[in-house]
Amino acid sequence: MLNKKDNKKSFISFVLVALFLVLVIVLDQVIKPTDKMSMLLTVLQKGSVYALAAVSMNLLNGFTGLFSLGHAGFMLVGAYTYAIFSIPAAARDTVYQYYDAVIRISFPEVFGNAMGGFGTVLGVTLSVIMAGLAAALLAFLIGLPVLRLKSDYLAIATLGFAEIIRAVFQWSKLGPVTNGSNLLKSFTRTSSFRLTIGDTTITLATFVPVLIATISIIVIVLLVNSTYGRAFKAIRDDEVAAEAMGIGLAKHKMISFVISSFFAGVSGATMAMVLSIAQASNFKAAMTYEILLMVVLGGIGSITGSIIGSLLFVASSEWWLRGLDSGTFLGINAPTIFRNGFRLVVFSVIIMIVVLFFRKGIMGDRELPEVIAGWKRKIAKKKEVASK
Amino acid sequence: MLKIKDLHVSYGGIKALRGIDLEVPEGKIVTLIGANGAGKSTMLRTISGLVKADSGSITYNDKELLGLPINKVLEEGIAHAPEGRRVFANLTVLENLKAGAYLRKDKEGIQKDIRWVYDLFPRLEERHWQLAGTLSGGEQQMLAVGRALMSRPKVLMMDEPSLGLAPLVVQDIFSIIKTINDQGVTVLLIEQNANMALKIADYAYVLETGNITKQGTGAELLADESIKEAYLGKKKN
Repeated sequence: MLNKKDNKKSFISFVLVALFLVLVIVLDQVIKPTDKMSMLLTVLQKGSVYALAAVSMNLLNGFTGLFSLGHAGFMLVGAYTYAIFSIPAAARDTVYQYYDAVIRISFPEVFGNAMGGFGTVLGVTLSVIMAGLAAALLAFLIGLPVLRLKSDYLAIATLGFAEIIRAVFQWSKLGPVTNGSNLLKSFTRTSSFRLTIGDTTITLATFVPVLIATISIIVIVLLVNSTYGRAFKAIRDDEVAAEAMGIGLAKHKMISFVISSFFAGVSGATMAMVLSIAQASNFKAAMTYEILLMVVLGGIGSITGSIIGSLLFVASSEWWLRGLDSGTFLGINAPTIFRNGFRLVVFSVIIMIVVLFFRKGIMGDRELPEVIAGWKRKIAKKKEVASK
Repeated sequence: MLKIKDLHVSYGGIKALRGIDLEVPEGKIVTLIGANGAGKSTMLRTISGLVKADSGSITYNDKELLGLPINKVLEEGIAHAPEGRRVFANLTVLENLKAGAYLRKDKEGIQKDIRWVYDLFPRLEERHWQLAGTLSGGEQQMLAVGRALMSRPKVLMMDEPSLGLAPLVVQDIFSIIKTINDQGVTVLLIEQNANMALKIADYAYVLETGNITKQGTGAELLADESIKEAYLGKKKN
């Protein structure tokens, strides 16, 4: 009986996700780059990158109770791995202008030449998976010493490692691989994804990052709801009791850390694709804090919370509050107040208000379906009271 | 039969157990009473593999347990309900029970045992969807016991199940311990509430600063003058 209900729920979620993806494709065609609404596409693109980053951080911080601040480092590894293995041969020497590029293979190009458009997609997929694996491998190595630490100490150690990663990637001796402190570009971007049927061209620039994020988040959701997920939550709630139940602490912490970093790597790769550049100096600790902020705003331990948190965050900082920096906000023209930097002031105030009123984040540790079910119950109750 | 021979354990630089000999016969309730810091919890933690021993041996049906990791000890059929309930506060009651069956792969058997636990503790079934952190202390203790039972143990070790509970609830818990024992589970019980523990115990040991100072049947120890003075609250003359 319970299973039927669950099946129905997953079917509904599946349909909703599919509808959302179709909507994204439609929006991509309807909205022209010159429209005011084109910001919506930017928000969806960047938002999906950050949503994936936030959800993968939540897997570690919210579901396993490991307070790690190394996320930007793993995203950097992902972005670079993707970029390095996707720069086509023709552009390689212009990109690596000061160095002699060592890695001379581009998966999208190799597969694209062999199999056409499908091959390019395959090559990009391969590069993205490589990006995740590189981040996961590094996480495994860092995890061996670091995961013995707890709470604040773990946070400091991972933060340190993330900074080390950034420094190493900018190191000039590694230039032939990472291009030193120069940026990587010219690789396959999201805007290069186009589908031509007859005369009509369908751009998939927004669809691709949204799709990558959606697939990855679905995998994380399945993981969280599996036996492994239950073990993670048990460790979060009480390590001693979890150990007494036979749940291996070291093993499960490592699994969670590696998987979280894998998806951080994927989100880094997607970020490179969206921004069409990869540069180590972008992946500072501040990026980790931003992602942490999204997780906390959305609700630690809520996946839908992280998604909502990151979309709201990106929409506010990229779109809704832009006017505060450029003179006109909500039709009020006051260039003396609305100057560069004022947006951040307002933004910080908003965050403080949100945190004051939603102490456990917007969603708490609940998921969207539960919250909606709660509203329904409340409305039904009100109606009952009113009819009496 | 669970047999402990000449067990020495150091814990944080202190010798917590100094040569313990103890036997838990199949199907019985054995209790271990003693004051704070006597080494009771250390003993359970050593049996379940959470703490390493210096020397000695712990055998279950002649199989050496000392040195085995926790999951192997659990697979031998020895479960540990740790002190202070320690339920997973943000998991539902049902999820807590499933976490207790973590090492098991037989889905049908798990379903059957969830039923078994619900029959033992009807309150848990009523509240199966509730977060464990929102249960009352007594219910949390029931859940902790139920969770430990989900590994289908032959021996259930309980660390102070009466801790911080109202006297009426304590009585409930002890009657359930008796029921579990009647259904064939051997029980090793640690208690500060010596009165209750000795009443249901088939055999009892008294632990003082790492040594066993007295042993006997529950009834014998209940009648013992020095035990009455030290643990049962009888006035000195």
